[in-house]
Amino acid sequence: MIPGSAFLVLAIVLFVLGVLAFFLKRDLLTQFMSVEVMLNAGNLAFLALAKASSKAEAQVIVFFILTVAAAEAVVGMAIVLHFFKQRKCIRTEDVSGLKG
Amino acid sequence: MAGFFWLIPLIPALSSLVLVLFGSRISRKAISLQACLAVLASFILSFTALAHLVRMPPESARLTKTLLGWISSGAFSAPVTFFFDPLTAVMCLVVSGVGFLIHVYSVGYMAEDRSYARYFGLLNLFTFFMLVLVMASNIVLMFVGWEGVGLCSYLLIGFWFERPAAAKAGLKAFIVNRIGDAGFILGMLFLILKVGSPEFAKINGAAAGGVLGPGLVTLAAVLLFVGAAGKSAQIPLYVWLPDAMEGPTPVSALIHAATMVTAGVYMVARLNGLYSASPAAGTIVAFIGAVTAVFAASMALVQTDIKKVLAYSTISQIGYMFIGCGVGAYAAGIFHLTTHAFFKSLLFLGAGSVIHSLSGEQDIRKMGGLRKHLPRTFPAFLVAALAISGIPFLSGFFSKDAILTSAFAGGHYAVWALGLVGAGLTAFYMFRLVFLTFFGESRLGEEAKRHLHESPGIMTTPLIILAVFSALAGFIGLPAVVGEKADLFGRFLEPVVRAAMAPFPAAVEWNLILVSTAAAVGGLFIAYLFYIRYSLFPGRLAARVPRIYRVLVGKYYVDEFYDAVIVRPAVRGSEFVYAHFDLKVIDGALNGSASAANLAGLGFSRLQTGLIKDYALAFLLGVVLFLGFILFLKI
Repeated sequence: MIPGSAFLVLAIVLFVLGVLAFFLKRDLLTQFMSVEVMLNAGNLAFLALAKASSKAEAQVIVFFILTVAAAEAVVGMAIVLHFFKQRKCIRTEDVSGLKG
Repeated sequence: MAGFFWLIPLIPALSSLVLVLFGSRISRKAISLQACLAVLASFILSFTALAHLVRMPPESARLTKTLLGWISSGAFSAPVTFFFDPLTAVMCLVVSGVGFLIHVYSVGYMAEDRSYARYFGLLNLFTFFMLVLVMASNIVLMFVGWEGVGLCSYLLIGFWFERPAAAKAGLKAFIVNRIGDAGFILGMLFLILKVGSPEFAKINGAAAGGVLGPGLVTLAAVLLFVGAAGKSAQIPLYVWLPDAMEGPTPVSALIHAATMVTAGVYMVARLNGLYSASPAAGTIVAFIGAVTAVFAASMALVQTDIKKVLAYSTISQIGYMFIGCGVGAYAAGIFHLTTHAFFKSLLFLGAGSVIHSLSGEQDIRKMGGLRKHLPRTFPAFLVAALAISGIPFLSGFFSKDAILTSAFAGGHYAVWALGLVGAGLTAFYMFRLVFLTFFGESRLGEEAKRHLHESPGIMTTPLIILAVFSALAGFIGLPAVVGEKADLFGRFLEPVVRAAMAPFPAAVEWNLILVSTAAAVGGLFIAYLFYIRYSLFPGRLAARVPRIYRVLVGKYYVDEFYDAVIVRPAVRGSEFVYAHFDLKVIDGALNGSASAANLAGLGFSRLQTGLIKDYALAFLLGVVLFLGFILFLKI
């Protein structure tokens, strides 16, 4: 039997990895994927806590998050594709058009 | 018919609305017909209402009609209520009757003017406001009419606004009246505050019943009189009226002689309970009136513009009306108002006819000998001049005499003496005008001589009608010596303005009548000596006392005095405030806050790098700080 806290630790590890990937990688697609990792780390944390407190609500929330995340992924990918079409490149540090 | 008396002011209002909105699309003939008929309808309605009034018992002789709730707040309410009592009846008949004749005259006088519809629209509008003023049953509604006639006066003085002098004169009239109106508003608010109601009956009742303290009554009465002095051109606010002569002559006749400028007299007579309750205020009114009567008459002595002479004469005559009201003889004041409306509007219309026939010439030094060329204008003008001078049995004789007798009877001997001097001066300057204009050698230029013509019938007919009234109107108010019930006019007004005249020995009254007749005839005779018999004498007299002459011609330099003491300091003060406060403080604060925002924007925009990573880092930091806050501080 795996202890409940292990899930929570995994979620934290995944989240930190996602954050590190977001800051260390330079292309938009990878950064987008790291955001997805962070999001799913959050989902995992929800499930772990749901298991620990044996409540159904947290699990229901995960379903909602998955639905919204699917929609978000569609929009996000569309932006990335459009970005690539215009620039022929997805390196984020070249993009600073909104500089003050 | 009398039930429709509330339509009296509304008919001219409707006509004015049509003329102002659609005037450009109506033919001149239709405009003149509509404008004149509207005023005639008011006159006929006033007459039927009067006929109804005289059949009612004198103590309750009044018609009342509330049209609208208007202002209502707590216990205070000022409805749009028109009423019709003997005093209002007199005013309505004067305004609509004389007004109608002047409308008819204007059809001839303004025939060639470009803004025909605007002229008649404004004249109708003026009639409306004037009728509201005299028919209002409370002081707030009266103030609406009061301001409305002021507005129309401004618009009509500046009717030929393309002439800078006319535009300036209109502005001057408006601003000087504002000063008076400030007093009027204060007095009005004061009364409403203390009495709790703007109704004239309540105000008069409260003042007469001693509900208000004597100091309070005097203060309110004097404040209201400041307003009256502005509107009726009395010292010290008379300066606008001579300049107002820039307007068309029929306007001067209607607004600046017969009706609007007498609104102040009407107001004092309407609030007779208030003024009777304060002897101090009455004395102030009578004294200002007497001083104005002499002061303005002395300026009329040397004027050379035919309309300016009449303007100063109007100021002087209104002074007489205030003498009447001030000494408690309200009926005499209103009687003089009525006769003055006839003969002064006749004088103005006659002057207009002279100006018209001379193609615009107004300088009496360039006239002379017009008697033969203006066979209808001359006799009418002469009747009016005789009437205003107080020559026996013409209207002005009876009304002026009633005022002077009341002043003497009330013990105001100084006021009476001033009035007598003014009467002599009046006869003198009026016949100076008549002799210089109609008698002697013609001093016309060749050009004017060729165009010289009598005015058309539409202008001379009103003159003749007014001449009949100027001659005969006096017989409705015969002095008490003639008979106990001879003063029809006074007895008609009795229920409204209680004349508390002490019984007076007939012998003294006969003597007073003789003295004032002597003053009038004396003035006339001296004018004859000066301007017909020894026509070189006035010039030599002027050369003998050059200083006095210059002061009179300079109109006592009152305009210059006001300019130096009030106008120029105000302008200079405004310029100072503009340069130092507007430009530096207000504009500086505005520009300063704008550039501060600009600088802040420049600084903060550095944070906006445009790089996603920087934003995300700020995001992360924010989250960490937030979580740290929650976890470690255990909020």
